[in-house]
Amino acid sequence: MIPASFDYVRPTSVAEAVQALADGGDDAKILAGGQSFIPVLRLRMGDPSLVVDLGGIAELRGVREEGDKIVVGAMTTHHDVTRDDLLNQHVKLISEATKTVADFQVRHRGTLGGALAHADPAGDLAAPALALDAEFVIAGANGERTVAASDFFEDYFTTAIGPQEILTAIRFPKYTGWGARYEKFNRVAQAWSIVAVAATVKVEGGSITDARIGLTNMAGVPVRARGVESALVGQTMSEETVRAAAQAAAEGTSPTSDADAGSDYREHLAKVLTGRAVLAAAG
Amino acid sequence: MTTVENNAPAQEIGRDRRRKEDRRLITGRTRWTDNQALTGLLHISIVRSPFAHAEIGSIDTSAAKQVPGVVAVYTASDIGADAVQLPCAWPITKDMKSPQRPALAGSRVNFAGEGVAVVVARTAAAAKDAAELVEVDYSELEPVLDMEEALKEGATLVHPELGTNENAQWVFDSGEAGSGGSAAEAIAAAEKADDQVVITRRFRQQRLVPVFMEPRSTVVDPTGEQLVMWSSTQVPHILKTMLALTLGLPEHKIRVIAPDVGGGFGGKLAVAPEEVVTLLVAQKLGKPVKWTETRSESLLTAHHGRDQIQDLTVAVTKDGVIKGLDVKLLADMGAYLGLVGPGVPILGAFMFNAIYKIPAYRFDCTNVFTTKTLTDAYRGAGRPEATFGIERMMDEVAVELGIEPMELRKRNWIKHEEFPYTTVSTLTYDTGNYEAATDQAMSMFDYDGLRREQEERRKRGDVKQLGLGISTFTEMCGLAPSRVLGSLDYGAGGWETASIRMLPTGKAEVVVGVSPHGQGHETAFSQIIADKLGIPFDDVEILHGDTQSSYRGLDTYGSRSLAVGGIAMVKAAEKVVEKAKPIAAHMLEASEDDIEFTAGKFSVKGTDKGVGIQDVALAVFAAHDYPEGIEPDIDAHATFDPENFSYPHGTHLCAVEVDTETGFVQLHKYVCVDDVGTVINPLIVEGQIHGGLAQGIAQALFEDAPYDESGTLLSGTLVDYTLPSAADLINFDTANTPTPSTTNPLGVKGVGEAGTIASTPAVVNAVLDAVRQYGVKDIDMPTTPFRVWTAINSAKGTGTQADEANVASPGAGLGSMAKSDSVKNQGGAL
Ligand SMILES: Cc1cc2nc3c(=O)[nH]c(=O)nc-3n(C[C@H](O)[C@H](O)[C@H](O)COP(=O)(O)OP(=O)(O)OC[C@H]3O[C@@H](n4cnc5c(N)ncnc54)[C@H](O)[C@@H]3O)c2cc1C
Repeated sequence: MIPASFDYVRPTSVAEAVQALADGGDDAKILAGGQSFIPVLRLRMGDPSLVVDLGGIAELRGVREEGDKIVVGAMTTHHDVTRDDLLNQHVKLISEATKTVADFQVRHRGTLGGALAHADPAGDLAAPALALDAEFVIAGANGERTVAASDFFEDYFTTAIGPQEILTAIRFPKYTGWGARYEKFNRVAQAWSIVAVAATVKVEGGSITDARIGLTNMAGVPVRARGVESALVGQTMSEETVRAAAQAAAEGTSPTSDADAGSDYREHLAKVLTGRAVLAAAG
Repeated sequence: MTTVENNAPAQEIGRDRRRKEDRRLITGRTRWTDNQALTGLLHISIVRSPFAHAEIGSIDTSAAKQVPGVVAVYTASDIGADAVQLPCAWPITKDMKSPQRPALAGSRVNFAGEGVAVVVARTAAAAKDAAELVEVDYSELEPVLDMEEALKEGATLVHPELGTNENAQWVFDSGEAGSGGSAAEAIAAAEKADDQVVITRRFRQQRLVPVFMEPRSTVVDPTGEQLVMWSSTQVPHILKTMLALTLGLPEHKIRVIAPDVGGGFGGKLAVAPEEVVTLLVAQKLGKPVKWTETRSESLLTAHHGRDQIQDLTVAVTKDGVIKGLDVKLLADMGAYLGLVGPGVPILGAFMFNAIYKIPAYRFDCTNVFTTKTLTDAYRGAGRPEATFGIERMMDEVAVELGIEPMELRKRNWIKHEEFPYTTVSTLTYDTGNYEAATDQAMSMFDYDGLRREQEERRKRGDVKQLGLGISTFTEMCGLAPSRVLGSLDYGAGGWETASIRMLPTGKAEVVVGVSPHGQGHETAFSQIIADKLGIPFDDVEILHGDTQSSYRGLDTYGSRSLAVGGIAMVKAAEKVVEKAKPIAAHMLEASEDDIEFTAGKFSVKGTDKGVGIQDVALAVFAAHDYPEGIEPDIDAHATFDPENFSYPHGTHLCAVEVDTETGFVQLHKYVCVDDVGTVINPLIVEGQIHGGLAQGIAQALFEDAPYDESGTLLSGTLVDYTLPSAADLINFDTANTPTPSTTNPLGVKGVGEAGTIASTPAVVNAVLDAVRQYGVKDIDMPTTPFRVWTAINSAKGTGTQADEANVASPGAGLGSMAKSDSVKNQGGAL
């Protein structure tokens, strides 16, 4: 498994990286943790002329608090996300989901920005980002812009990031005190999701006062289960209410069929897993 | 000369030694074939067909030749690869149909992944770049994918020149053989009798890929007097002889080396086309050449395993006594015949009757050609398939008759006092005790407790339901008595050879003909030699895998290394002692008749005079003073040809939890109590059982190598071929109830395949036991969550019958990306 040859640069600032991409033209590609990109190169499914490695840009790494937001640099590894106190405290859903990604080795290299930019429908971090109303900070030749999660995921493997742009950071509102659960369904422990449900809920005095639910692999892009959310809010927390609300989970989805799951099975799983995720998040 | 002191070394056999090879293996000091770096080494990449069945038109190599670093691009005929007939050593019938299997396809490709051209370059990267530029003009033919369709009149033929897709039909009938009654009569009688029933079932053995960890690799250096081939193979000796026979090379001009080999599971029991291509290219250019496959190449082109349709019919009395068994198999050979491929399902012929006293038995197997990757030996080879068939059937019979499944087995199995027992398929089981293994397993498992829990969960209607599965298995291994192989038309014997070289300093080099690839031979064999010669474990070195040092052997497969190779070693050790004895007597100035050998020392009976065997080694090296008329040499060589197979057995019990909302199967408890005869190294035995269980469980729950309707393999990457890891398995509770084999002096039986053979039906029986309550009758392997959920739903009549889409699913690593590209993936050079 040897990739075709390509040129390689390792800039040390976002500005340099943007310049390198501009110089490289349409065949330039970004390398983050390489956990999706390198397999693509090795299987020769892609052959870029230039690879711009973001690994040398210190400003893209780390988690910080900015007012009422938690900002995660795009090059922050999955491992660092799972260990970060700010995220664990304020954006628990992303920590929980990240813990289910692959294995230790992959989590030590793969990055939050890379996973979101890659936008694999079976990837585990897009649905939480959507449910959490994350904002995506994107840098390009014309400076920086911010895209809402609801506009970021456009299609299979397609996002709002332009060909010569870089995702630099992801901003999350704080969900301090919310319960969170990422309910992932796969055949073996270290595989991608067949379906998964990202749920975070706020329970006050035995009632659900707010709920956000995102679905993984129920369409080409992550889907927000708004029907479930509205059915939950204002309800007294009980297994019955949650299971009843979860029946709306498949609304507005368009899952695919493959050897591991037919579309009707995926729809069924979405309901079952939504029920489980909400119960666990509230528990 | 010393006096005998009471410092006999501790007994090595039975000791839990850590494997001595592991320090080197796990710290990266391995000698994989791909690590070979020779001066001037060239690299090859093979251009492979993306189509399952196609005529090859023109091949344009001009663009590939332009790539910097490319030395040559050859089509099949350029190097004579199309004229080669790769060997099949097991013509199972006199009239078996056997297609020519070339090293590279000349005019027609017969499976997706077959090689059509080869690029030679100074670097592997350049070879790969150029391989993508080779333009092959194919005209597609109909693929042949379904075994039953393939046998029908007018079916498209894989090999039109054979006139049929049937490779061979092989029948055993105990009525005709005289080893039992006629199964047809037993079934006909049961149909008429009021107190008997006839039960028929169809089971499927899905196609599996062996997935050894080290991809295959071959290096050929043609520059010396002997042509040297390093290869990641289980069978260096067979490979050497077969290269000579196949290519017409003088056998003494070939040296084959299997250095460290990273797993095989039968997948490296082969003479691979790529080994031959590497050799032909090296000869053509007169330069050393290396081929190393990619993982996708391995999944696509290294031989697959299993793939059978099994139709079983049982005649049984209503109180559970089996009267007759009829087995009809269709076995998918794939596009060509591998080294032992056609014989693999035939090994099952002896095992469908398993541990049971079945009075009438018929086995009828038809091997079929399809346009898929060929199948051949995979851990267990024929016996897992048979064990699955009979152990699934025993549960079906138990359900039909309303008899507790273990009770049904007890009513039919051979009792311990009946050994040795000659079965309806003509094998003689030497020793075993099914009651002992079962009693211990049942109590370790808490079978009754789990049955109660199962009942409670059912009553409560829990989401997670329990199922219990049984597999009381035996197998035949230690391949094999040469005469038996002869009677089965196998192309070689089943003996094994070992030599012991006693060095001047008293250390021993033991040269063995078996060829380890992960099993721990160096440790277990050193333990045996340490005991037999009475020398320290650390004074023994096991040499293997190089035909220059080990010139005689039949290699490693069929759980034969210890049961056959180990015995050759014991015989050689006995000869060393015999040769040393007169010299020791001479040194002790005693009569040979008065000499005893214990714990490494020769001593004079009734005295305290003695001499160590290591001192005798020095004495013959110096050779200053030794008896007249004998040679100053205590080295020895022995060949052992077993008289019988060995028959490990055991009782495996599995409990699973089925999530009835999602169909997910979670292992809950797994207990196995095995009888693998005398245990040389408990730690290694435990490791073999664990690995075997993982692979057998994987067949039940995870692995599958399906093809789409165009003949493209859908599991061409490890994204799509679902392998479990430790995280998907549970702690196994294992134990041994050894009854030493009486057919070899160590009392050993094989252990390498036992876990794989036994575990698959235990798991599937457990899954079905959990969901039969909803009306589910069967679930094909692997019992994926989707299949289990679909089975529950369609049995309940509550859900739609979902069809599995014939596309790969988004698995690990590549996520959703692999499926859309799976075709592209497999075309060109991988
Ligand atoms: C064995 C294995 C199992 C896995 N299992 C899972 C799993 O269960 N769940 C899951 O969610 N993921 C899984 N992954 C994928 C993993 O999460 C990857 O880390 C992730 O998909 C990509 O992140 P990366 O940093 O490695 O990006 P890379 O692979 O380097 O890049 C991925 C893509 O994103 C682009 N890109 C990367 N960073 C940026 C940026 N800052 N701006 C613009 N474009 C960018 C690249 O050009 C490329 O196209 C698995 C990977 C492997 C190898």
